[in-house]
Amino acid sequence: MITDGKFGKYGGIFVPELLIPALEELEKAFLKYKDDEKFNQELDYYLKEFAGRPTALYYAQNLSEKLGCKIYLKREDMLHTGAHKINNTLGQGLLAKYMGKTRIIAETGAGQHGIATAVIGSLFGMPVDVYMGSEDVERQKLNVFRMELSGARVLPVETGSCTLKDAINDAFRDWVSSVENTHYLIGSTMGPHPYPTMVKHFQNIIGKETRKEILQKEGQLPDVVIACVGGGSNSMGIFSGFMDDEEVELIGVEGGGDGVETDNTGATLCKGTEGILHGSFSFVLQNDDGQINEAHSVSAGLDYPGVGPEHAYLQTTGRANYVAINDAEALHGFELLSKYEGIIPALESSHAIAYMEKYAKMPENKGKTIVVNLSGRGDKDMFLVAKEMGVEV
Amino acid sequence: MSTHDLKVESYQEMFSRVKSKNEGAFIPFVVAGDPDFETSLEIVKTFVENGADALEIGFAFSDPVADGPTVQEADLRALKAGMTTQRGFEFIKRIREFTSIPIGLLVYYNLIYQMGLDEFYQAARENGVNAVLAADLPPEEAHDAVTASHEYGIQQIFMAAQTTSNERLQKISQLCQGFLYVVAVMGVTGARGDLELSTMELIERVKNHTDLPLCVGFGISKPEHVQNVVQTGGDGAIVASALLNIIQENLQDKEIMKEEIGAFCRELKEATHK
Repeated sequence: MITDGKFGKYGGIFVPELLIPALEELEKAFLKYKDDEKFNQELDYYLKEFAGRPTALYYAQNLSEKLGCKIYLKREDMLHTGAHKINNTLGQGLLAKYMGKTRIIAETGAGQHGIATAVIGSLFGMPVDVYMGSEDVERQKLNVFRMELSGARVLPVETGSCTLKDAINDAFRDWVSSVENTHYLIGSTMGPHPYPTMVKHFQNIIGKETRKEILQKEGQLPDVVIACVGGGSNSMGIFSGFMDDEEVELIGVEGGGDGVETDNTGATLCKGTEGILHGSFSFVLQNDDGQINEAHSVSAGLDYPGVGPEHAYLQTTGRANYVAINDAEALHGFELLSKYEGIIPALESSHAIAYMEKYAKMPENKGKTIVVNLSGRGDKDMFLVAKEMGVEV
Repeated sequence: MSTHDLKVESYQEMFSRVKSKNEGAFIPFVVAGDPDFETSLEIVKTFVENGADALEIGFAFSDPVADGPTVQEADLRALKAGMTTQRGFEFIKRIREFTSIPIGLLVYYNLIYQMGLDEFYQAARENGVNAVLAADLPPEEAHDAVTASHEYGIQQIFMAAQTTSNERLQKISQLCQGFLYVVAVMGVTGARGDLELSTMELIERVKNHTDLPLCVGFGISKPEHVQNVVQTGGDGAIVASALLNIIQENLQDKEIMKEEIGAFCRELKEATHK
């Protein structure tokens, strides 16, 4: 490898030998094309014309009045396919094409990354196989249908907890067997180097736009940026725009599940310990022996026992703070934004909204300017939320 | 007999021993504690009584990405039966009551990291382990593990795969001790029908770049495969999933399980004769 892919002591390449040459090839291609004019022109074209960038930074007037803060929402939910995931899949999909790969595999939890991968498969003319835990296939039926409509094959994973971590295991296994012609399109800032760096690069656009937009609207930087954290790509994307502005507080919101005090949680940074999972050294939900625990969150996208290594680094250096929001609080966030702003957030983003409300209600935060990354829209979660609310749809 | 009373044979001694008989080494694999601690121990005893020249013992991990469904199932059975890293070392200690042949551990790095590198390699040493291979620990990340393995006199094994360049092979063989684990297939562990020509080519290529003995694993599931490996110049054949399949198919009748494993081991060992 040309670089070691470390964030402090976190990150690295903890994978079977078979994959090392593929990661070397990927790193080399990424370093070459990330500054390539033709590549970037093409990517910009697709981000603008296909995905719908730039997204707005919307001033949430009703919530601002209700909570006594200036609340802005970065509208990644307005993108094609309904979430920030499309930024990364366009970037990696184009890279795969430039590398001459002929097939794409991906894993998905909530389905947003799966859909984003499926559509870029259509766009770039490459077959796509998406691994998805069988429990998530059940929870996200509509998304499975959407993926299949775009021509992707959805492969239900029946092992372990039948959720995202098992889908990642199977995607890795596939990649070990097909590495010569296949690109594994990892959907978050996790996995072995160069993925955490590469995914962050393709999601940086969120931070760049937000910074510019808030300066235009407010003439100054926000006090705080809040985003949800599963693997960590939407949060890393928006954080990156403010990383060097020490005065801007960065807060990542994890899926607390039934609560961080319980075993039914997805809050890796709040509750996990250092360990190695899926190719990198980061924080992991595990037992004393190093066996990986099953994570739990009402949101399939936050239901992951690992987290991107750069987040582990930001937590230990104190540059970002990480908190947890429980399932019930997230559902409240879902309703809050729907009711006051007419915007239905993804359950992942609902965690960030719920924490934003808590933050805004703290007396010391009165009047502050808050930016929340609205990572995705909630259409995909309607049936689940209705069920939780006892409503038959 | 305690661990310390039994002289542990080194890989070097074992390879000399089989070589002098014009054979290759037969190395069966089992996950410690699959399907339960005592049965697993009896399985290892069956291996030893039926021709094993060395043992490859896996410590179960919840998320074994380098392994196929057969090993993963075995891992889950062992974890369900209450296996832990500590119990894994107790398992090795019990093996050392009846055999001195080399024992290699196959683990995922998180298990080593969680126990603590010093503690892990010390326990390996004290319980009679010869070598450790972490499936997800490439040379790039192995500095601390190699340091600890040297300190406690454990050999650290690395893998060579079809995708490994010659330049990289050189780097790996400098770091590797005991033997080089040659990954026979492009893929995860699991029994396969035929051994590909590319496996033979890989063995020949690797031989040109290292003096280390070569043990070939992944997909080696029939006596013919073992024979091909040995005839092509491999020093040992590691057989895993085909043996684990016998365990899985006979969970209800342990006597038949041991009989079948014994008979299959004899065939596999026979195939190592040059």
